[in-house]
Amino acid sequence: MAEFSVDPYVELYARRTAGMSASEVRALFAVAARPEVVSLAGGMPYVQALPQEDVLSVVQEVLRTRQAESLQYGGGQGYPELRARLADLMAEEGAGADPESIIVTGGAQQALDLIGKVFIDPGDEIVVEAPSYVGALSAFSAYEPRYVSIAMDDDGMIVEELEEALVHGARPKFVYTVPNFNNPAGVTLSLSRREHLVSICREAGIPIVEDNPYGMLRFEGDRLPCLRQLDPENVIYLGTLSKVFSPGVRIGWVSAEPGVAQRLVQIKEAADLCTSSFMQLVSERYLAGDRWRANLATLVDAYRNRRDAMLTALDAHFPAEASWTTPAGGFYVWATLPVYLDATSMLAAAVDRRVAYVPGTAFYADGRGRDRMRLAFCYPTESDIEEGVRRLGTLLADEEALYRSLNP
Amino acid sequence: MSRVAVLAGGRSPEREVSLRSGHRVSAALESRSHDATLIDPAEAPLVETLAAGAFDVCAIALHGKDGEDGTVQRVLETLHMPYTGTGPFACQISFDKVLAKETLRARGIPTPPWAVVQASALRDLSAGAILSAVVERVGLPAVVKPARAGSAMGLGFVEREGDLPAAVMGALSFSDAAVVESKVEGTEVAAAIAGAPPEVLPLVEIVPKSGVYDYASRYTSGATEYFAPARLDQEVATDAANVAAQAFSALGLRDIARADLIVDSGGHASVLEVNVSPGMTETSLVPMAAAAAGMELPDVWDRLVQLALDRARGPEGKTTY
Repeated sequence: MAEFSVDPYVELYARRTAGMSASEVRALFAVAARPEVVSLAGGMPYVQALPQEDVLSVVQEVLRTRQAESLQYGGGQGYPELRARLADLMAEEGAGADPESIIVTGGAQQALDLIGKVFIDPGDEIVVEAPSYVGALSAFSAYEPRYVSIAMDDDGMIVEELEEALVHGARPKFVYTVPNFNNPAGVTLSLSRREHLVSICREAGIPIVEDNPYGMLRFEGDRLPCLRQLDPENVIYLGTLSKVFSPGVRIGWVSAEPGVAQRLVQIKEAADLCTSSFMQLVSERYLAGDRWRANLATLVDAYRNRRDAMLTALDAHFPAEASWTTPAGGFYVWATLPVYLDATSMLAAAVDRRVAYVPGTAFYADGRGRDRMRLAFCYPTESDIEEGVRRLGTLLADEEALYRSLNP
Repeated sequence: MSRVAVLAGGRSPEREVSLRSGHRVSAALESRSHDATLIDPAEAPLVETLAAGAFDVCAIALHGKDGEDGTVQRVLETLHMPYTGTGPFACQISFDKVLAKETLRARGIPTPPWAVVQASALRDLSAGAILSAVVERVGLPAVVKPARAGSAMGLGFVEREGDLPAAVMGALSFSDAAVVESKVEGTEVAAAIAGAPPEVLPLVEIVPKSGVYDYASRYTSGATEYFAPARLDQEVATDAANVAAQAFSALGLRDIARADLIVDSGGHASVLEVNVSPGMTETSLVPMAAAAAGMELPDVWDRLVQLALDRARGPEGKTTY
């Protein structure tokens, strides 16, 4: 008799890998990535809209003028010229920063990981929104926190609930939030809640991690002040070029107080020595001059049209019992289904009908969200969005009929 | 040495698993000096690609819908292309748990009690009130499975009657009918059957750490312990192997297949389901059974390809079940 060990090291893995398992949803996404499927799942920026000449010229310029440097290691904090450009971008959002406070990271995703590494010991509490960006939950979970999930409404995180949690003894290491055009909820934190949030966090001595990937993708209305602008000391700010330029260059950043910044730099160097020199220099050149503004304006126009197409299609095809958010920017609409429907178990039928979305449960740390789905409008064309939402609407009607029959 | 088209991938929910199986089958065939080419019918049109490649034979590593339900087999029959495994009609019956269980029952082969809930009965006949009769017939706890899906996808475990509607809806996401089956407590074993005449390989005992052999337990490395041969009394193991062989014959399977069995506390085996295109991944059961029999995957696939070619050259030509 032999015991078949399909993985001889299974007893050796760290505890943090325990939650990493194969899943049906992942397997279904392998099919959903097929071209015949209208994917409302992935949050992929519309990079096809970038003029090839604009990218080619900056790449050539870097190789012509700084080839040796671009192919060499760089400092752990990142190129000073790029950090200055990133500080300018922050200033555009009202949150001017000293380039010295900025650490360039491998996308903002790496910044999330580094923040987890710097702040979280196993069992520590951290505050997240419910729902929250799934990539942040994945990054933080490796450090084994206990999540304090704070609900959201159309005005973003319900800060009163956070206040309540603090009164009842929650002692989080930080509060994580995506205040602008939240992923996945699509909502934006209101001004009064922003003020309330920074004030209670400052009073309690709890830093805020403000993740702002979508701030520059506003379709209408006035920009609200960043949390960082409202409290320059107590807010750790995360930015990214993924939406302004390209996710393929993997350039993000974190701007923080000197104590935090120093630790982040050391931990960043331990993780990967430095962010790609080549991509940093390419990004710096891309942000020089004004072409990025024109290209971003094109992107924002495209995203606005796609958002409109999605909202129109939802009105036309989704059941009356469903509701959804109306994002004023960003990539996502967050839909709430009739409470008896289960977006996770419905995904296979959706993919079979050649449409995909992300089931809501992925975005909660506590298993909620079965009746929610995230619908991304950033990547598919307007006609694909209409068709995809139509397919989903038919599916929801069929599921509703099944439910009614089973629960007369 | 033959030119072998290894068919894998496809558009079923088991696409990913199938691609992993396909890569292992290709490597196994290459190591026996076959010229193996992996073809993904979702990427390249099947008929044109097969014609262009001048292949001698197809090795089927597609899983689930289209790969195990007779669809691809029927295409290959029409093209007079030899292929490994079971013919179209037997595939169609075996892949459909409703038809397979009916066939087993008709032949007196044990399979746990079940009832069927079809989506059309719910939608068009408003027959949802059937659930209480289903519970009466099957009892609780029960396992709810899509009639036509693999890899334990869409599986639901029901302890309380109130949880049944949601489990049925989950299964119906994968298929047009849900099979509600009595949950038999016991030892779960897989019986791989290979060759002609068919030989039952050593049984593989399945011990999922979570207690349920669902998708995560199947495909997360280390989530399930396997023992081959199974830790059963000799007599019980022989009986279980016989049950598998009977199922294999009753369903008209050939070349290779896997029967999943449950052996209850009294030592009686019953058939949970059969797979005509069993997984060949690192965590799959048939490669373990072959290893316990002293064979390697290349031996198995070299033999399967030979059987397919012999069948094509045989006097009866394209005999199918």
